[in-house]
Amino acid sequence: MTASDTHRVIDAVWRIESARLIAGVARLVRDIGLAEELAQDALVAALEQWPESGVPDNPGAWLMTIAKRRAIDLFRRNRTLERKREEVGRDQEIAVPQPDPHEEIGDDLLRLVFTACHPILPAPARVALTLRMVGGLTTEEIARAFLVPESTVAQRIVRAKRTLAEAKVPFEVPAGPELVTRLASVLEVIYLVFNEGYAATAGDNWLRPALCEDALRLGRILAELTPRESEVLGLVALMEIQASRTRARIGPGGEPVLLLDQERGRWDQLLIRRGLAALERADALGGGRGPYALQASIAACHARARTPEATDWVRIAALYEALARTAGSPIVELNRAVALGMAFGPAVGLELVDQLTGEPSLRTYHLLPSVRGDLLVKLGRGEEARAEFERAASLTRNTRERDLLLRRAADVVSS
Amino acid sequence: MRFMVLVKASDESEAGVLPKQDALAAMMKYNEELARAGVMLAGEGLCDTSKGARIAYSGSKRTVVDGPFTEAKELVAGFWLIQAKSRDEAVEWLKRAPFEDGEVEIRQVFEPDDFGAEFTPELRAAGERLRAQTGQ
Repeated sequence: MTASDTHRVIDAVWRIESARLIAGVARLVRDIGLAEELAQDALVAALEQWPESGVPDNPGAWLMTIAKRRAIDLFRRNRTLERKREEVGRDQEIAVPQPDPHEEIGDDLLRLVFTACHPILPAPARVALTLRMVGGLTTEEIARAFLVPESTVAQRIVRAKRTLAEAKVPFEVPAGPELVTRLASVLEVIYLVFNEGYAATAGDNWLRPALCEDALRLGRILAELTPRESEVLGLVALMEIQASRTRARIGPGGEPVLLLDQERGRWDQLLIRRGLAALERADALGGGRGPYALQASIAACHARARTPEATDWVRIAALYEALARTAGSPIVELNRAVALGMAFGPAVGLELVDQLTGEPSLRTYHLLPSVRGDLLVKLGRGEEARAEFERAASLTRNTRERDLLLRRAADVVSS
Repeated sequence: MRFMVLVKASDESEAGVLPKQDALAAMMKYNEELARAGVMLAGEGLCDTSKGARIAYSGSKRTVVDGPFTEAKELVAGFWLIQAKSRDEAVEWLKRAPFEDGEVEIRQVFEPDDFGAEFTPELRAAGERLRAQTGQ
């Protein structure tokens, strides 16, 4: 095996082992920043030694041994330092916490996830820290995926580690009512990563779709670690079903293909099945559906429909209503209006859209007049529809879309 | 990226000999590890080829040959579908599989390499009608 072969193996081992390694060391040192540095030390040792000695049979255990040994060395050094500084004669043993053999690696990993996603950190810092520590991505990979300079990501990570250390954020899984808000923070991070990949429209985007895979992997890991949390399963279901459409959502010329135009045969049935199974598991836990499970249920309605005409819009409208109750927003309402229009006729949809026209957050949102125009056409109110399409055209920055809306405005007049 | 891992058959698997209990337990533990790492998408063991068939195509002609088939090492006894960052990672995972003999083959699955913009389904539905009516 050449040195470069060994380096490729080390990269792969790191990808597999780094999260568990950092988590395991963090239990010892109670500081994820320090734990990551110690894990990196072990990586450096591997890079130095494995090309000579060969890759050990159990590379994960090898790395863990080195990292923990470094941690203990550090404890000893600090203790000596402290002694010298204080010049006290007391021979106080600083206890090196011993790992509890009954605790599972999974528990450490879960602590790592919760700590990296602590709400004390701004969302971009949580994202960077989680991808780096749990996802095993390099700073460079994160920077390329998010189209920001590497130094920005590096800085975010350094600052985040410092914030966590200064705030003495405990390395633990929160309990009781805190668990709900802390879990929401974790889920937000994972879905942010997913959407960053899913909505990629610009830039060096070969890496960006990989973010969807990273997010799915994080979600699946979390679902295995917290099998009783229905919203985790809901989020996994949502991501699996959305990801199932990857192949169908790009046309031959690279243009986006809208959901109802997609060739359903190109939807990934394996991911759909995984998504539906995750949703079933979420429902089986009882306790009703949270926002992620509701969005997954809506996605599942589309996934189950063999043809666009077979879409159960009545059910989708009801799910949007439930979503509006738990996590309402003007965008959710606009989606609900479209579903209502499809399910019960344009007048019903229009009634809701008209309530949204004064909404400040939708004032420059081109899809509001576009949806309204569409409903007006169906109601035979051509003049009003034309004005809406023209307004929508003036709001969109996408030229393809603008052409389409203007053509549509012209068609209304001529008909 | 995705990889299909093909587990090659052996004389035992072809004879319908089921794995011993400790081997099964080790395999379950391994599968669990793959699942917990978010890597495993699917995986199954296949019955011996006496329960299978082959269909050969030649123009419009179809020739069906019932199993079993010979040359165990050329046959497939099971598979995993895994999600990994690289072939190296897939290889590293499979090094950990609890096999004591035999062979697996790792093959990359074709997949789309690009994504595009997409709106939420319902807004897309609106857009779809918009396109239909403008004859796009």
